[in-house]
Amino acid sequence: MNRITHRFQELRRAGRKVLIPYITAGDPHPELTVPMLHALVAAGADIIELGVPFSDPMADGPVIQKACERALAQGMTPRRVLELVREFRQIDAQTPLVLMGYLNPIERMGHAAFVAAARDAGVDGVLTVDLPPEEAAEPIELMSAAGIAPIFLVAPTSSVERIRRTAQLAQGYLYYVSLKGVTGSAALNVAEVAEKLATIRACTDLPLGVGFGIKDPPTAAAVARIADAVVVGSALVAKMHELADDPERMRREVAAQLAAMRQAMDQAGMPTAFAG
Amino acid sequence: MKAALRNPVDFSQFPDANGHFDRYGGRFVAETLMEALHELNEAWRDCRNDPEFLAELDADLAHYVGRPSPLYYAERWSRQLGGARIYLKREDLNHTGAHKINNTVGQALLAKRMGKTRLIAETGAGQHGVASATVAARLGMECVVYMGAEDIQRQALNVYRMRLLGATVQPVTSGSRTLKDALNEALRDWVANVDNTFYMIGTVAGPHPYPLMVREFQAVIGREAREQMLSEYNVLPDALVACVGGGSNAIGLFHPFLNDSEVAIYGVEAAGSGIDTGRHAATLCAGQPGVLHGNRTYLLNDEHGQITETHSVSAGLDYPGVGPEHAWLKDIGRAQYVAITDDEALQGFHDLTRAEGIIPALESSHALAYVTKLAPTMRPDQSIVVNLSGRGDKDIYTVAALEGIQL
Ligand SMILES: Cc1ncc(COP(=O)(O)O)c(C=O)c1O
Repeated sequence: MNRITHRFQELRRAGRKVLIPYITAGDPHPELTVPMLHALVAAGADIIELGVPFSDPMADGPVIQKACERALAQGMTPRRVLELVREFRQIDAQTPLVLMGYLNPIERMGHAAFVAAARDAGVDGVLTVDLPPEEAAEPIELMSAAGIAPIFLVAPTSSVERIRRTAQLAQGYLYYVSLKGVTGSAALNVAEVAEKLATIRACTDLPLGVGFGIKDPPTAAAVARIADAVVVGSALVAKMHELADDPERMRREVAAQLAAMRQAMDQAGMPTAFAG
Repeated sequence: MKAALRNPVDFSQFPDANGHFDRYGGRFVAETLMEALHELNEAWRDCRNDPEFLAELDADLAHYVGRPSPLYYAERWSRQLGGARIYLKREDLNHTGAHKINNTVGQALLAKRMGKTRLIAETGAGQHGVASATVAARLGMECVVYMGAEDIQRQALNVYRMRLLGATVQPVTSGSRTLKDALNEALRDWVANVDNTFYMIGTVAGPHPYPLMVREFQAVIGREAREQMLSEYNVLPDALVACVGGGSNAIGLFHPFLNDSEVAIYGVEAAGSGIDTGRHAATLCAGQPGVLHGNRTYLLNDEHGQITETHSVSAGLDYPGVGPEHAWLKDIGRAQYVAITDDEALQGFHDLTRAEGIIPALESSHALAYVTKLAPTMRPDQSIVVNLSGRGDKDIYTVAALEGIQL
């Protein structure tokens, strides 16, 4: 079984929600990425989304745009991202790792070559922001054959019909974009998210992750009450940038930030309706 | 072209319902925009068959834009070059001075139909920004134009025009601070304001239905040119020439002639300092297929798939992608794509100015420079239609500066 599915089941049994931090590979420096990943796991990450930097991150707000620019300036490439994954896997064979990025770097490598390299490195899922399911037939087939979960987004604007079709093709989890906007946008509206999640649940049994706009422990806790997983990205990436000159302190404070979310989520308890 | 002759393709049948020109085109955007694209596609499908919409569009094109634009026989220039007869399709005479307004007039009517209250646009040279601000002023709509900080420096005149027209010009400081980054930023705005906002893309790129919709709004150029050649000279031209940035003025001229397999078609890209220097924007001549800004097409990118920075003396051609239909026309051989350097384009700029008393845009000057190579290889009984996509007033500061003159 894919590590992602396994992790969701494990936490469901334990009555806890899945916490998914996002960082951009190579930001602020390639050498800091793997230690940061281990620190995130120690602080309570259940799954990690690792951003593959792209020159034109159309769905990202300024924080992750800048992270991409910094990583690219340090010579980060898709192949080097996979080397970092391989390095992480030498110590951590349990934590599921999802690559999040854009289509062109994958196309340039070739879908088959990319999927083979990702599988060999120990990648569990791939979320390609600008690849909607209707254009994804070939990558889905290749990933499925390699045991990698193709992960797709669902948005506030997605119709029930689209949600159904997407859910049929997705594996691992569905990623609900909590607001109309780019990553790092203003606060999400928990009541609106809850309403849409109910609609999505009626379409699928896949676990539902919620991301975009989750910045602090109270929001993480509120979302944990209604979703299966909480994704937090820009808040961590912003902190990493702020402390980039002091790697020790950066790891400590970003880990503390994540741990605070973990704690808030675990204390929030889990209403039985979503206990699965 | 040979391939097209062997294997007749009915070009009116492309793209398919999902915007594919064979392997190119499509819709590659984040999920939030997918429904907005479907909504746009439906609205556009209704309008393109609605006689009332088409009548309103025609009236605007006639009375506001000033169409039809003349097809002018450049007799003196033709004689100087000593070959084919050269006809200029005078898009420079349109209101606001370029072909861009054909598209914004159409998209604005559609936006109004859809009940949108806010227009956004990206711009490189500022021509599409001006054309967008112009129609927004006319409809009393809010208008935000995204423009690379770098381009704002280069195109001060158009920035001021947009502001006079009441638009907000939003400088884009991410990435390479040029047109591609302005497009990214406009897409981000659209995601956040998708309920009330209409995104007017300025060329035949972007996700479906933009490449199709913008083509249809611009195809008025080729329909008129075809009709003008037939009614005034009783022949089809032997060749068409147009510059290619995103490719809207080119596809606008080319499309109505695609099924006329005897008409040779040349798209002219910007070779900047020369393709071998790496400082250019010749996407079709030197790029590979990839995915950017919502469609699969040729791109300029590095071996890792990162989009590379481009260079051209003309801001309007300075773009690392190109419309997907051009990618397809290149692959099947129906059109040929060539490249002209900054220096050659400047020569073309001066040549036309002196020979015919018409100051062309630097973008259009790329097409003119290619004509100076092509015409002498043809016979005097043959003819070329070249798209004079815009006038050169916006470029005189650039040209003067290159010649060491301070205005
Ligand atoms: C006069 C003129 N011609 C051509 C272009 C290039 O655009 P396209 O290739 O879409 O016609 C521009 C773009 O700004 C322009 O202003």
